Parts: sequence; C-alpha cells; structure tokens
Amino acid sequence: MTDQAQMPADAAAMTDTVWVQKVSWSARVPRWVSMTVLMALFLATWHLVSISGLVSPLILPTLSDTVSDLGFVGRNLLSGGYMLSAFWVTTKEVLVGFAIAVTIGVTLGILVGETTFGERAVMPYIVAIDTMPKIAFAPLFVSWLGFGIGSKVALAAFISVFPIVVGTAAGLHAADANGRMLFQSIRASRLQTLIMLKIPSGLPQFFTGLKIASISVVGGAVAGELLGGGQGFGELIRAAASQLDTPRVFSLIIYLSLLGVLMFGLVTWMQHKFVFWDRSSTTKPVQS
Amino acid sequence: MSAVAKLVSVGDTPRPVYELTGVSRFFNDGKVVALDGVSLTLPKGEFHSVIGSSGCGKTTLLKIMAGLMPPSRGSVMLGGTPVLGPRDDIGMMFQHATLFPWRTTAENILLPIEVRHGRKAARAERGRAERLLQLVGLGGFEDAFPSELSGGMAQRAAICRMLISDPQVLLLDEPFSALDEITRDFMNLELQRVCMEREASAFLITHSISEAVILSDVVHVMSSRPGRVVQSVRIDLPRPRTLEMTSLPEFGAYATTIRNLLDKGAFL
Ligand SMILES: Nc1ncnc2c1ncn2[C@@H]1O[C@H](COP(=O)(O)OP(=O)(O)O)[C@@H](O)[C@H]1O
Ligand SMILES: [Mg+2]
Repeated sequence: MTDQAQMPADAAAMTDTVWVQKVSWSARVPRWVSMTVLMALFLATWHLVSISGLVSPLILPTLSDTVSDLGFVGRNLLSGGYMLSAFWVTTKEVLVGFAIAVTIGVTLGILVGETTFGERAVMPYIVAIDTMPKIAFAPLFVSWLGFGIGSKVALAAFISVFPIVVGTAAGLHAADANGRMLFQSIRASRLQTLIMLKIPSGLPQFFTGLKIASISVVGGAVAGELLGGGQGFGELIRAAASQLDTPRVFSLIIYLSLLGVLMFGLVTWMQHKFVFWDRSSTTKPVQS
Repeated sequence: MSAVAKLVSVGDTPRPVYELTGVSRFFNDGKVVALDGVSLTLPKGEFHSVIGSSGCGKTTLLKIMAGLMPPSRGSVMLGGTPVLGPRDDIGMMFQHATLFPWRTTAENILLPIEVRHGRKAARAERGRAERLLQLVGLGGFEDAFPSELSGGMAQRAAICRMLISDPQVLLLDEPFSALDEITRDFMNLELQRVCMEREASAFLITHSISEAVILSDVVHVMSSRPGRVVQSVRIDLPRPRTLEMTSLPEFGAYATTIRNLLDKGAFL
C-alpha cells in the first residue's frame, strides 16, 4: 500500500510518453471486410465494363446474364437434370483418377524414397516424365482407352500422380538424423523404422503433395473431357463455348470449381485429422 | 562415504565395463583422422566425461562405443564382449530430446520396449514408465504430447526413455547443452542421482569444464585433429556432488588443470 501512497508524487514528476504506433489502415480492417470489398469492386467493374458496350457480350457476358444462368444451371443440377448426370460423370472420373494416383503415387514414392535402387534408377525417369507437358498425352489415352470415362481417368491420374510421388519420397527423407540414430540405437528393423519413424515424419510433406494432386486431378479430368469428348462437365463447357453461350461457360466453370474446392477441402480435413501434431502446415497455402 | 572409497582405490579397481584399445576412425578415405588411437577404460559404476573443442571427435567416439559406427582400427569391449552393433545394455541420450510429436510422453518413453518386444509388452510396462516420469518430476504428464513440454521437461522425458530398458551403461552426447544454465545445473544433479541409484556407469560428452568436473570421477581431455585423449584427470571430490562444491579450491584447481590441457591441445 505504501507504493500507492507514493504514486501521486512520482506520477507528477513523470509525464507519460504515450504515442500511437502507426498501423496501416488495411491491417486494421477485418479480413472478411477486405475480401467483400475486393469482390464488390470486381463485380462492379465487370458490370460497368459489360454494360458500357466496349466489349462484345460474346466475349464478356453481363453480370446479370451470368447470375441468371448460374441460377438456371443450379436448378438443373438440383432437379437431377442432364447437368447433374454430367457432374456425376466428372466427379467419378476425378475420384477414380485420384484413387489410382494415390495408389501408384504412394507405391512409387516408397520405392523411390526408401530404396537405393528407386532413388538412383527410378527417380531420374520420374523427374524426366514430370517435366513433359502431360496434357499432350490426352490423344494417346483416347486412342488407347476410347472416348469413355477411361481415357479421362487415365489423364487425371497421370497428371496428379507426380506430386504424390514427390511428396511421399520427400516425406520419407524428412526424418532427421537424431531420430534415425535413436531408432538405430534401439535396434529397430527397417520396416519398424519405416512405419514408426519415416512415415509419420513424412506425413506433412505427403499431404502437401496430396493437396497439389487434389487440385490437378480435377484439371486433368476436365482437360480429358475437353480433348476427348464424353459425357462430363467438360463436354458441356465445350458445347456451350461452341454455341458462343459465354454466360453458360462461366457458370459451368464456377460449378466445376466446387469440385476442386471439395477435393482440396477433403484432403485438408484428412491432414488435420491425421497430422494432428503439425497444425502449422494445414493452414499454409499450397505451392506447386 | 563408500562412493569416495570407490574413487580413490587403485589396487582393487572395479570390473571394467568399457574397454577401448587403440580406437581410430578415419573419414574420406583416411584424409580426415577423427580419432587416433583412443584407449580408455570405464569401470563399473563410474562416471566419466570427455571434454574437447567441437569437431575433435567426441561424437564419433560415442557412436563407436554405442555400436552405431564401426571403428577403422582398434577394439571396443563392453562387459567382456566386443561391440559389433547397437546393444540393449546401452542407453543413449543426445543433445536434442528427439521425442516424436505423434506419440504421447509415455508412448515416447516406451518406444524402445515397443520396438524390441512389441506393442503388448510396451503396454504392460506402462506402470514403470509412469514411475520413471514421477522420478524425474514429470508425474501426470504421461498423456501429454511433447509439444506441451518445455525443453527441460522434454530432456527429462528423454532420460526416462533411456532408463526404461535398464541399461548397464549410459552414453550421453551433450545431453543438456541446449538448455539454459539454471536448468542444466539441475538436470546434471538429477543425472548424478539416477546414476548413483542404479549404480550405472556413465560416459558423458560435454564442452563445459565445470559440468565435467562436478559430475565425473574421471575427465578425459581430448585434443583435435587428430582426436586423441591428451590426459585422463581423476576428480577426487566426495559424492554426492553438490553445486556448492564449485566454490571449493580443489574444484578450481581441477578446472584450471583441464583448461590448461585443453589450451595445449588446441595449439598442438
Ligand atoms: N560421417 C562423417 N563423414 C565425414 N566426416 C565426419 C563424419 N562424422 C564426423 N566427421 C568429422 O570428424 C570430425 C569429428 O566430428 P565429431 O565427432 O562430430 O566431433 P565433435 O562431436 O567433437 O564435435 C569432424 O572433423 C567431422 O567433420
Ligand atoms: Mg558432437
């Protein structure tokens, strides 16, 4: 209490040197506000440009046309129309393609990351093939597998397998020297070291690869449809574009992006669940 | 007082645990001589340290003793049998706690049991893991994940993991050098207590002179390039050692002796 008794005298002798730290106004605005403002600016610019008559509606549809078409496509999807069945075809291609990519990618990744033969002999070929423009293989897949779902699945898997291989192999090298030495000192077998040390250490890298794959697998399936026909959403886009129905193309692309968001979200959720000890990497954006 | 008697006696030295004779290790086709003819004996129940500047081959020596790396020349005997690979009667600790973040503290401690005898055996030993945690003051942290432990707590958990398989001999590579000084002093005394309780032999690598003197029965001073044991200094201070002993004149004398040996080694 004596401290407080002395306080007034001290306070009188000492003037506060309070000053305001400069913080840029954009840092003080909540994130959702900035995002909404940016979106509103974008839509307003789109609207103004499209009604100004400077750009042909064939190139840039008006905002209102696009919105009403979004509603039309949405109703068709919800009522189980032909667009829904096209959506299912694409979804099936994506899911099957992803499953194949994961199976082959993990197998090759373990071969490359765990064996000297894989690292020395197999990895250079994987890198070489990865540098090729993989979409160029689409016509080959069509001639091998026909115009059905098979050629799209193959292209989707082919495009998305590489990030999984690289992520798995990099993950298996992620365990640090101390952890390896510890496992060596307790006489762990190679299989035990793989299962109890290398695989858990490598899960963050594995999931980074898986996230990249989950996005590119949708691109692969749609590219396959654009180049090889079929019954999917890509075919609807191609048909709409050939009829110069630009609002339709726009709204189809927007619905298609839902598939990518869904796949990405699924992988992120799995990462959150399985790599519970490494929260930092689940929120980081993916760099490919 | 029995501890003191054990130190000074020359005639009836205790049974040797480790016997190293002429251990050398070369790297890069003999261009780097990390160790050159190191010979030393670690008797049962004694605490030895190795001190030397960084890069003088201390970790290499410890890895060879642990059977994690073969020597290029010489022999390493432990309990009368040659060390030809990692063994269950050796407990190791490194500078980093190396707890795995996907395992709880208890699961980390039981890892050596799980690897050697399977999951079921590890579950059966859980009670022992809990008692060890209590011993180092971590009771109640069994199910905590390593991310919830501080640096000192993590190293204490690493001590438990080392002790879970009841090793005869402890090999410690700068185990507390990443901790702050106050925590380090405390952990060193813990270590002494653990070793005295189990009559375990210990071999500690350090680059702190006072740490070496306060803990050891013998301090092996190493020179670098090539790594050699310049001299082994016996520390005749009573056990248990306390932090107050650092102010004794004998302590200062030992520290000076070792510092002089280190300086000479550095410029040879
Ligand atoms: N695996 C290795 N390959 C090549 N050189 C090594 C290897 N391990 C250690 N060395 C060399 O041996 C010497 C001793 O290293 P180390 O035993 O780690 O020293 P310390 O633990 O005393 O700091 C150093 O010069 C280091 O560069
Ligand atoms: Mg070292």
